[in-house]
Amino acid sequence: MTGTLRVSVWRGAAAGRLVEYEVPAQESQTVLDVVSHIQRHLDPTLSYRFACRVGMCGSCAMSVNGVPRWTCRTHVRRVARDGRLELRPLANLPVIKDLAVEMGEFFAKWTRAGGAFVPAPGLGPDFARVAPDAPARQAASAGIECIGCGVCYAACDVVRWNEEFLGPAALNRAWTLLNDVRDGAGAARLGAVAGDAGCHACHSQQSCALHCPKHLDPTAAIAGLKRATAMAALRGAL
Amino acid sequence: MGARGETWLWLLQRATAVVLAFAVLVHLATLIYAVRHGLSAAAILARTEGNVAWLGFYLLFATAAALHAGVGLRTVLREMTPWRGAAADLLVLLLAALVAAAGWRAAFGLFA
Amino acid sequence: MSWRSRNHPNYWAFALHRLSGLLLALFLPLHFWALGTAIEGEARLAGFLRWSDEPLVKLAEVGLVVLLAAHLAGGLRLLAIEFLGWRRWQKTAVALSAGASFAVGLAFLLSVF
Repeated sequence: MTGTLRVSVWRGAAAGRLVEYEVPAQESQTVLDVVSHIQRHLDPTLSYRFACRVGMCGSCAMSVNGVPRWTCRTHVRRVARDGRLELRPLANLPVIKDLAVEMGEFFAKWTRAGGAFVPAPGLGPDFARVAPDAPARQAASAGIECIGCGVCYAACDVVRWNEEFLGPAALNRAWTLLNDVRDGAGAARLGAVAGDAGCHACHSQQSCALHCPKHLDPTAAIAGLKRATAMAALRGAL
Repeated sequence: MGARGETWLWLLQRATAVVLAFAVLVHLATLIYAVRHGLSAAAILARTEGNVAWLGFYLLFATAAALHAGVGLRTVLREMTPWRGAAADLLVLLLAALVAAAGWRAAFGLFA
Repeated sequence: MSWRSRNHPNYWAFALHRLSGLLLALFLPLHFWALGTAIEGEARLAGFLRWSDEPLVKLAEVGLVVLLAAHLAGGLRLLAIEFLGWRRWQKTAVALSAGASFAVGLAFLLSVF
């Protein structure tokens, strides 16, 4: 690919505007390459985040032509429209400056969802034996590759409509822990993820699952939480 | 309303949905049958008057529909308007009760 | 607010479910009230049914039947997702819901006109 990309980039905080830059197009160019080119060669005041550049750290997510994506592993040729890119900070999160958003609330919600592992009493010093094909192990495995990039959170309407909603990533985390036989905080976690701030607010729109760069399915995890909390409520244990 | 209350509302919404799934199928089938066989007041009333089974069906149907609509409306209001909290909940509950009452009135009208 | 990130079958299914649910919730009290009033005598009910013979009213009725069928089909799809975890079937489920609602609407349309 040769020629020039026309790239509109959000500049400012909540109030701001799109500024257009011209970036040389290259073979195998990622969206993060484009942003880095702007910052290094056109405007050193541009703020954005990245660390690993290989899809592990989850820090470089942005809105690319209206879709939340991890920019380090998104090739320009797949997403540019007529040689144009529009880059904005992730939706549903407060903008600090340019393409950098405040992730504090996003991670605070992981804590509120009971996202920390709590060893079950009597776990002992030895390794826990968990059969790889046990249903709970498989359910946990389906969700543990989350890198916390915030793409699902930015794609979710319920997050936008209900500021208390814990969001797809935090609920997915809670579901993996609920299926971890070594964890001892299941009952408290069910209380934390039930109701209007939790799993029952989800409408299964599934933008989270569609856009998750790791191809996880938070909607399925949330459906699991809905069933588990409803069963607990029916037993009088919620 | 706390997490437990919201969970019960969610369960109520699903339980009424299951009732409605069957009731709406019956309703749609009756509707298409009635229309195909010439919709008339006499034909409708001949089917329903004094028939306890139809009365029971319509009472259950109307109650489930009123509850289902109430919970759904509450969710839409909370998500898409600034109306939330106990006052809005009470208002929706009142609306659902009125709709259920109107439904029962119609069901008894068909029966008697 | 970007529509591009929402342009997928499960989102359309959500939007249709919400819209149909809202319209049905608005129609429900009217339906009950009109029926409850009309039913007070066979003559009044007959008069009400004559009104419902007007082409425009008939067309509105077809619309309501389609809304009801769509909300039913979409609701069954949601119950399947939430309780059965039928995720690989989803695009099929969306298509089936649409097809079923369309079929019911067509059956009703052919019956009333």
